[in-house]
Amino acid sequence: MRVALFIPCYVDLINPEVGVSMVRVLRRLGVDLVYPEGQTCCGQPAFNSGFFDQARAIARHFFDVFEKERFDYVVCPSGSCATMVSHYYPFIFEGMPETHRSEALGHRVREFSDFLVNVMGVKNLGARHEGRAVFHCGCHQRRELGVLEEPRELLRSVEGLELVDWENEELCCGFGGTFAVKMPDVSTAMADEKIEALAKSGADTLVSGDSSCLMHLSGRLKRTGHDTHVYHLAQILDSGNGRIG
Amino acid sequence: MEMEKPARRRDTDDRRHEGITSEVEGFNERGRRAVQDRELHDAVALATEKFVTGRNAVLNALPDAPELRERAYRIKQETIANLDRYLEQMADAVEKRGGNVFFARDGEDVVRYVGELARRRGAKMIAKSKSMATEEIELNRRLEEDYADLGLEIVETDLGEWIAQLAGDHPSHIIGPILHMNRHQVADVLSGVAGEKLPPNVEQLTRFARGRMRQKFLTADIGMTGANFGVAETGTVVTVTNEGNGRLVTSVPPVHVVVMGIEKLIPKFSDLSVFVQLLARSGTGQKITVYTNFITGPRGDGELDGAEEMHLILLDNGRSELLGTEFEEALYCIRCGACLNVCPVYRQTGGHAYGSTYSGPIGAVITPLLKGDEEAKDLPHASSLCGACTEACPVGIPLHDLLLKLRNRQVEKGLASKAQEIAFKGFESTMKSPALYKISSKAGRLAQKPLMQDGSVRPVPGPLSGWTGSRDLPPLAKKSFRELWKEGI
Repeated sequence: MRVALFIPCYVDLINPEVGVSMVRVLRRLGVDLVYPEGQTCCGQPAFNSGFFDQARAIARHFFDVFEKERFDYVVCPSGSCATMVSHYYPFIFEGMPETHRSEALGHRVREFSDFLVNVMGVKNLGARHEGRAVFHCGCHQRRELGVLEEPRELLRSVEGLELVDWENEELCCGFGGTFAVKMPDVSTAMADEKIEALAKSGADTLVSGDSSCLMHLSGRLKRTGHDTHVYHLAQILDSGNGRIG
Repeated sequence: MEMEKPARRRDTDDRRHEGITSEVEGFNERGRRAVQDRELHDAVALATEKFVTGRNAVLNALPDAPELRERAYRIKQETIANLDRYLEQMADAVEKRGGNVFFARDGEDVVRYVGELARRRGAKMIAKSKSMATEEIELNRRLEEDYADLGLEIVETDLGEWIAQLAGDHPSHIIGPILHMNRHQVADVLSGVAGEKLPPNVEQLTRFARGRMRQKFLTADIGMTGANFGVAETGTVVTVTNEGNGRLVTSVPPVHVVVMGIEKLIPKFSDLSVFVQLLARSGTGQKITVYTNFITGPRGDGELDGAEEMHLILLDNGRSELLGTEFEEALYCIRCGACLNVCPVYRQTGGHAYGSTYSGPIGAVITPLLKGDEEAKDLPHASSLCGACTEACPVGIPLHDLLLKLRNRQVEKGLASKAQEIAFKGFESTMKSPALYKISSKAGRLAQKPLMQDGSVRPVPGPLSGWTGSRDLPPLAKKSFRELWKEGI
């Protein structure tokens, strides 16, 4: 099995430890990894803001970078960025010459937990982590990819980790890309509602498959004086022997 | 020289600008104020959660719900693709049954038609049941102003609409007009009418309203309704209601006027089996509403019920301009309100923040479409694009994709800010060039050094202040993933 790593720009620059944990987990499963060097960003911020031409230009760069490599799958530690490539590249190139390119690549892109459970057939990675956790599923992962149960199954098999339910867990965290900056008050109110539900659940740990949602929620948690532990799924699955990914 | 009041002035070059009644700029500011109103938040969250819980329960109990949704989409697709033919069929069928049909290009046409009708009938009172189409064109205010000489009293008889009317307020939700109010606020409004203090008790308040309303039904000269569906095959107008007021205003007054958006058509009577099953379930979470009325023409010979005179007004108001465009699916909407109920933005702000007759995701889509992008610039951005709306829509409108297309249309029309244009051009150049990407990230690391404070980037003025005003900003890592990869993981 040969996998091309698709490391979103903010994981590359802000949370590289998430990418590192994903690499370790995949290697432990014997997956052969390649990191296409020229990769930057999938272009989602431009796309979400309506700048489709700019997003298309970035997508073409993405095609060039990944088409150079040989791989069975592209794996990404973000449901949102995986969706950009698998769903929204075909959307912005509809009826254009790149349709075929976008579909050919899109079919091989997998979000991390989707790849583990549905391609590798793994649910227990032998990870150990003490804590009482809630899982926040990013909206693209939930609704566009439909990968909702996979991360939970993986978390349930982590030794020492108790996965608890929280109120209105399907509500968006309020990040929404540039929405968080364009409409900060509404966006923050949405985060506050998640944080209220988190507090009610009694969890001490927040886990998600999207670092962008986590950046938003942890940014608000910190600002409001909460000391909740915030981890990406890959970090939890990479933990054990007293180490967190 | 004929003098016209501003409300009656028409813009013949682009009548779409009359569009929906709204003051749509400034969602952000109104949203900011709304999120500080805890009472509003709690009222909206309570009501929408009740709708959503009910909806989930009844839809889950309906095994063929996904299939119904698919069929609803197909029927609407077929109807809208052949709307001219179905409108003609509808009009013919209504006229055959003795009804009158009027095609209204916009609100102005409706105001004149109803005003002249009221004059001819010597009407003093119009009793209305709930109708978003008449809200959209501000029919009440315009009739009162433009036909002031008639001294018309126009009364909303839907309980929520009536309370909104008394409070001088607009509906904040498609199916729950005063969903933003709690019972204490309602008691205050009704106490003003009663001239005595009424207790915040729902049953007592309703009893009071019913007593007042009964006189209106009995004395109204014209009954006015909207329509949930218009069946082209038979000319039947279908209204789906819970309070019974819709039945009274269509059977007691001698004249019945229906104002229906042209997109409300469905081809066949049997198609109702799909839509009636979906509408109440998706909206209020009921299997079926208390009243489902089928009105085909005025009272016929030998019939006991119905108005002497019936008028069907088919309202375009910009809708036909969407036909054949990539936004056509917006016309499939059956106004159930499901997308509002599940929307996390609506949940925080309520409906008034949208500044339009139609709020929530569908409002953010159709307001710019019917009114013009320039006048509804904020609305396509009033969404985190979470997709809950699309998931909830019983007729499968891809609402969040339409919001994206509207954002793109703004950019194509040059309506995005200069700052954004520059930013995204720079973004494109950086992301197309791995070398520039690396240089920028190194520059970022240097720039953030003096700004570090307790592991976060200190709040700074400028474009990032939207973030740092309320949330900590994580710094760029000392080494990027690509550097770590190169060193060996």
